[in-house]
Amino acid sequence: MKFIGKTKELITEIDVFCDTISRSSLVFKSGINNFLEGKTERFHIDLEEINKLENEADNLRREIKYKLYIHMLIPDSRGDVLGLLETSDNVVDSIKKVLSQFDIEKPDIPKFLKDDFRQLAQFSVDTVDEMVKASRAFFREISLVNDHINKVHYYEHEADKIEEELKRKVFNSTEIKSLSEKVQLRYFAERVALISDEAEAVGDRLSIYVIKRTR
Amino acid sequence: MFTILFFLSSGLFLGWSLGANDAANVFGTAVSTKMIRFKSAAIICAFFVIIGAVISGAGTTETLGKLGSVNAIAGAFTVAFSAGFTVFVMTKMKLPVSTSQSIVGAIIGWNVFAGFKTDYSTLTKIVSTWILCPVLSAVFALIIFFIIKKFLYRSRLHMIKLDLYTRLGLILVGAFGSYSLGANNIANVMGVFVPVSPFKNIDFSNIFVLSGTQQLFLLGGIAIAIGVFTYSRRVMETVGSDIFRLSPIDALITVMSSAMVLFIFASQGLQSFLVSHGLPSIPLVPVSSSQAVVGAVLGIAIAKGGKNINHGIIGKISLGWVATPVFSGIITYILLFFMQNVFLQQVFSK
Repeated sequence: MKFIGKTKELITEIDVFCDTISRSSLVFKSGINNFLEGKTERFHIDLEEINKLENEADNLRREIKYKLYIHMLIPDSRGDVLGLLETSDNVVDSIKKVLSQFDIEKPDIPKFLKDDFRQLAQFSVDTVDEMVKASRAFFREISLVNDHINKVHYYEHEADKIEEELKRKVFNSTEIKSLSEKVQLRYFAERVALISDEAEAVGDRLSIYVIKRTR
Repeated sequence: MFTILFFLSSGLFLGWSLGANDAANVFGTAVSTKMIRFKSAAIICAFFVIIGAVISGAGTTETLGKLGSVNAIAGAFTVAFSAGFTVFVMTKMKLPVSTSQSIVGAIIGWNVFAGFKTDYSTLTKIVSTWILCPVLSAVFALIIFFIIKKFLYRSRLHMIKLDLYTRLGLILVGAFGSYSLGANNIANVMGVFVPVSPFKNIDFSNIFVLSGTQQLFLLGGIAIAIGVFTYSRRVMETVGSDIFRLSPIDALITVMSSAMVLFIFASQGLQSFLVSHGLPSIPLVPVSSSQAVVGAVLGIAIAKGGKNINHGIIGKISLGWVATPVFSGIITYILLFFMQNVFLQQVFSK
């Protein structure tokens, strides 16, 4: 009977963990938009929110890990699940770091680059969303994982393209005078795109898990 | 009483070794994949082995009795001792061995020594059942594999929930497997002592009667249980990784199919049901649980596409069908000679 209770708890915790990552990506999008539009107060609310979510994700990850080992659950998939949770947690960590870097450095983003930054953030968010869907499918319906992973790769590739375009625009621009400013903008373009890279790393891990379980 | 216990000791030793080795066939994969703790597995296994032995042990014992009814207790001691010795030696030599095959060889050895004719129709029935056992187990595993695969595809169970159901399944199937092991294999341990059983029926105030044979089986069951608790842990922890890495669901299928085979060849109820419905009867024969497990694992391997099958294992099983009874028979003959002429014990009566 104890087992049944623990099983339900664990399923809920894994679901909540996935929700937390999903919400983090939404907060990321909102944070970038608020920063670009100069809505400082709202941006700070997003920053607070992402700190909370990062904390929550950490606690959930620890709790799930603890339960899996103490109650010896899914012994053959435990390592894979923990690896999945850890890499997914990296996505939230990166979101938090990028937003707080925006807060610290307050980069001056020229008007002609704002749309590119918005688009880049959107592709990163799309990558994370598909990654979360793939993770949920891994737990419930493994045959669907690959469909989501394909989308993860697609959005990550799109994010890469925008990132490169954005960097070219920065360094070809005559409007941005100093090299330091250009380097700083390149850095932020790379940071925003990093979220999609982290999500793709989770996707790559999941595709190996699928091969392990279906061949 | 002491003399009786002394003569029974070889059977009890055989029971102990059966518990130490064959319990791993039932719970080994569950324990080695860490789905069930050894302690829980040992308790369930011991309990159901005893129940199976006492309630359903008579069918296979009758078949062994038809092959050769050892009619002197010193003879029964020697037969069980030789069978146990054969299992011990062949295990040391890392050869595949089954208590069932060993005891049959020993009984034939006794028949030859005592000058009794071996009933060849019973022998043919036994040997054909040995061959049928892994084949049937593989077929069951193949069928169950596809049923479970289809069910899992449709059910969309959460991985954690599936883990819970697999655990519960392993416990249930393990209990059934232990019951079947006790029912099918107790004849190997105590069968030869039945004709010379020293025990009298015990009447529990008219509620139920524990017959002399059942008391023998209870003792044998306890010996198996002691084997499970004292020595099976190491065997259980390695059995899963021995053949190849089985997933917990594969483990469930393996135990379910081999338990079904052991049950079919031990159940008098099923036999009389088939006969009463005009269907072909199933012989009640002690079979090898290890070979049933190997058959099931092969069945799963075939279901998964038939890659990486170690064909050597099939040769090894066939070797066991011949080498074990021959070796055991010869040992029995030699030991009976010593028992009769050196220790001056009556090993058979005409």
